[in-house]
Amino acid sequence: MGVLKVRGFSLTRSFVVPLVALLVAVGCATGSSSDKGSVSVLAAWGGSEQDSFMAMVKPFTDRTGIKINYTGTRDTSVLTTRIQAGNPPDLAGLPGPGQMYDLAKQGKLISLDGVLDSSQMASDYAPDWIKLGQYNGKTVGIFIKTSLKGLVWYVPKNFQAKAYPLPKTWDDLLALQDTIKNGGTAPWCIGLASSGADGWPGTDWVKDIVLTQAGPSVYDKWAAGTQKWTSAEIKTAFQTWGTNFVNKSGYVYGGAAAMKSTDFADSATPMFATPPKCYMHHQASFMSGIFVEKNPALKPTTDFSFFPMPPVTSANDGGHVVAGDLFGMFKDTAQARALMKYLVTAEAQTIWVKRGGALSANKKVDLASYPDDLSRQMAAVLVGAKIARFDAGDLMPPAMQSAFWKAVLDYVSNPGQLDSILTNLDKIQVDAYK
Amino acid sequence: MDIFQLLTLAGVVVLVPTALAVYIIGLEYVVRLLPDATQPRVRPWIWVTPALVFVALFLVYPTLGTIQISLLDRAGNFVGLANYATVFNDSGVIIAIRNNFLYWLVLYTVFVLVFGVLLAVLADRVRYETLLKSLIFMPMAISFVALGVIWKFMYSYQPADAPQTGTMNALVTTLFHAQPVTWLQDRAIDNPALIATAVWGFTGFAMVILSAALKGIPGDLLEAARVDGAGELTIFRRVILPLLMPTITVVGTTLVIFALKAFDIVYVMTGGNYDTDVLANRMYLELTKFSQPGRAGAVATILLLAVIPVLIFNLRQLRAVESRR
Amino acid sequence: MTVASERMAVQAGKAAQSTPEWLAGRLGGLALHVALISITVAWVVPTAGLFVSSFRDLNSITTTGWWTALAPPFKFTLDNYQHVLERNNLGTSFVNSFMIAIPATIIPATLAAFAAYAFTWMKFWGRDWLFLALVGLLVVPLQATFIPLLKLFTSLGLTGTFPAVWLAHTGYGLPFAIYLLSNFFRALPSDLFESAEIDGAGTLTVFFRIVLPLSVPAIASLVIFQFLWVWNDLLVALIYLGGSPDVSPLTVTVANLVNSLGQGYQWLTAAAFLSMIVPLVVFFSLQRYFVRGILAGSVKG
Repeated sequence: MGVLKVRGFSLTRSFVVPLVALLVAVGCATGSSSDKGSVSVLAAWGGSEQDSFMAMVKPFTDRTGIKINYTGTRDTSVLTTRIQAGNPPDLAGLPGPGQMYDLAKQGKLISLDGVLDSSQMASDYAPDWIKLGQYNGKTVGIFIKTSLKGLVWYVPKNFQAKAYPLPKTWDDLLALQDTIKNGGTAPWCIGLASSGADGWPGTDWVKDIVLTQAGPSVYDKWAAGTQKWTSAEIKTAFQTWGTNFVNKSGYVYGGAAAMKSTDFADSATPMFATPPKCYMHHQASFMSGIFVEKNPALKPTTDFSFFPMPPVTSANDGGHVVAGDLFGMFKDTAQARALMKYLVTAEAQTIWVKRGGALSANKKVDLASYPDDLSRQMAAVLVGAKIARFDAGDLMPPAMQSAFWKAVLDYVSNPGQLDSILTNLDKIQVDAYK
Repeated sequence: MDIFQLLTLAGVVVLVPTALAVYIIGLEYVVRLLPDATQPRVRPWIWVTPALVFVALFLVYPTLGTIQISLLDRAGNFVGLANYATVFNDSGVIIAIRNNFLYWLVLYTVFVLVFGVLLAVLADRVRYETLLKSLIFMPMAISFVALGVIWKFMYSYQPADAPQTGTMNALVTTLFHAQPVTWLQDRAIDNPALIATAVWGFTGFAMVILSAALKGIPGDLLEAARVDGAGELTIFRRVILPLLMPTITVVGTTLVIFALKAFDIVYVMTGGNYDTDVLANRMYLELTKFSQPGRAGAVATILLLAVIPVLIFNLRQLRAVESRR
Repeated sequence: MTVASERMAVQAGKAAQSTPEWLAGRLGGLALHVALISITVAWVVPTAGLFVSSFRDLNSITTTGWWTALAPPFKFTLDNYQHVLERNNLGTSFVNSFMIAIPATIIPATLAAFAAYAFTWMKFWGRDWLFLALVGLLVVPLQATFIPLLKLFTSLGLTGTFPAVWLAHTGYGLPFAIYLLSNFFRALPSDLFESAEIDGAGTLTVFFRIVLPLSVPAIASLVIFQFLWVWNDLLVALIYLGGSPDVSPLTVTVANLVNSLGQGYQWLTAAAFLSMIVPLVVFFSLQRYFVRGILAGSVKG
């Protein structure tokens, strides 16, 4: 009994340690294991997107026996926390190239050069898309799906009823919206709210304007942080947006109040009302999927369609902002490599394309795979764009992008404050790109 | 649920309390072998150590790390209070401080406490008490995600010419014949709107704890007071309230601390936009989105410092209770 | 305050019967019921709104208020519930939530009971400072703890296992648990302990035979709160357990009803209610411990 005379603490340890061991053994047993291995994937997709991704990887699992353990969360902190703690997933969705550069700089992303077949990549993807996934010449990211921004959605029946022409140039657009306003309806439906990321739909407007007004080189500098927000070009872009659209009384249904408080996806609903409360909605290609989800009775092309946002200056005609869902590899395992190789193939990309709501940058994806003519049109624009630039917000560091979103909200609330808003953005720019 | 999982669950549920009880009982017999004078010095440590070990590992160790990181820059070099300087110069943080201390600390705490006491005391006197308490408690059972959905609907805005979809704006337009309001985007009222959501969510918490404390007041004490002819208000003020005061301190302290670290409701409903930001959200953004662990640590340390006055108050209460024994 | 001093205080107060007194006297009666019922009805309205919305299709939810559904034409649908129930991981995640919540409630409750007893009825060096430090730790934001702890768990190989979340929730929940229980233990009359001591009862007897039975309402409250905090937790599970289908709790499955753009919240309305059932059942079943009179007759004489 002499051993019991030791201090209580050690006895605690002799209780706790076997207890923990038991718990760990139990815990490990409740985990899953398979002979072929598994790949852990972390991304923001939920709902139908999650279903589409699982459908995309199903042939891979069927063929190789490798299980996919998918974790979905819209909270970006989960990925960064796990990376910092040394417990990253094998593969993860990255919010954008900006974040990708950050992670690559920290050395957290595994180079995909040895993983992907470079000749196949070269034949499947335009060089711009491959470059977007590279850091310092090394490929670190691939695009699972892509989207086209800067489209204007409208209801063909509404336009036909009033014999409104589809605008081809900027002046056409301004003339059209004046006509609509004089006809007694607000031309635009805009919604800036989006859970956790309020403001991003407004930034899409600004990006379009910067690209087609100031041009691609200014756009590139702006995204890279070498163009000041207070510079004439960027300030003019904001003002163009403000004076022509959002700050013009009666040009947006519900005005600033509705813009700030309405979720972007819900904001287009008044366009389908009888009589319509607005005629146009500026949004990306994935909006078509949202229209159908909200009202399954709607049919693409007949019930809703799009025209590309006209360029501000004709010199920058053909300029389009594109975006995409980026994937990176954090752990080098045979299974992870195999999955990465699979995900870039036309076969894999076609699966999601067929289910709708996604465009693929892979040139080998048959246009016939797209579920409707509308998506085919969008895919054609994506692949054939003369001046394609990736979403500037996603290229910026997260701190800059967040500030951009907030700036848009502030601008809509207080257009007179533009100078101080831009000065604040400059301050953040200095800090964020370090 | 497969049988293996069921067994595991049963095992843990039975094993852990048993193991802990065995630990306490076993060590008690060991302590009894010690000289009488040392027993009361050793015994308490047996009782508190398991809890302290957990707390030390899960809360103290990371907190010390956080404080340490707040003194470093991104590369890991010591920079003293530079992060604090940056944080205090950030207008976003200043707004967050204002929100935490002005709106959350005051409005949220007071309203939850007042409603909690009121409902606990009043519910105690009716026969349908359980039903009532369950209904008031129900918001606590809802996850923050669902809470966000409920109140985003409540505060929903439609332009004046369209039918309102939000309950609050429906009331405003029909009962008060006023223009609908953007409850969460109007800087003048969005903070109180968020507080209202939080009060709705947390009054059940205060009520349940205060109700449990209320049950501890002997019934014959209240009866005797009534027999003596005292009115209800007197009974409340002279009998109930003083006896509830320690629990009110505990609930109040917890609420104050929740107010300081308020996060979920703001995150889910406004993301901190339109001047609704709070310190915990800024810490979260700096840490996870902007990759600035030093600044995040500075904000977290500010929270830790802000809680000190609350602790001093608690210490006073503790000493007062001790002296009365 | 002892019973005697209470009676004196009441006598003193009775001497001044003023208008508020008369009003308050009237308060026991119709006015009380009216006040309580109207407060409760107002309280229930937001939840009721969600409940009604969960039976409506998305288009209706976004274009008209939920109260309009209560008048003809009655356009109700079970689609939202169907969609949630058909979610292929719902059953597993439901079970996982229990696997996580039950131990994560019992372990801290037990540890807190022991610690709270020591903090309130034993004197030891540094007791008050330790106690205050515990209360102070309530303010620590959880996100600040994730990275160091996840590092630790990963090096121990615990990440992705249930014990990791059990331990984490225990650590996170202990300060509040100890604080709450201490308050109730402290409220026990000291005469109780004195008479027990006279009867020769040791620490263990006092704790297991006197303190615990008398503290049932307090322990019941703690169990309710800890259970529902763990049941509704999303982030701690995501960080320590990961979100893979075989271990993720209900909260993860529910959160993933919505896609990355925030669409699909109509399904959240249904999921919220399905998820709410369990904590409410726990609450109801523990209500019977919230009864008065346990202390009555324990010290008299």
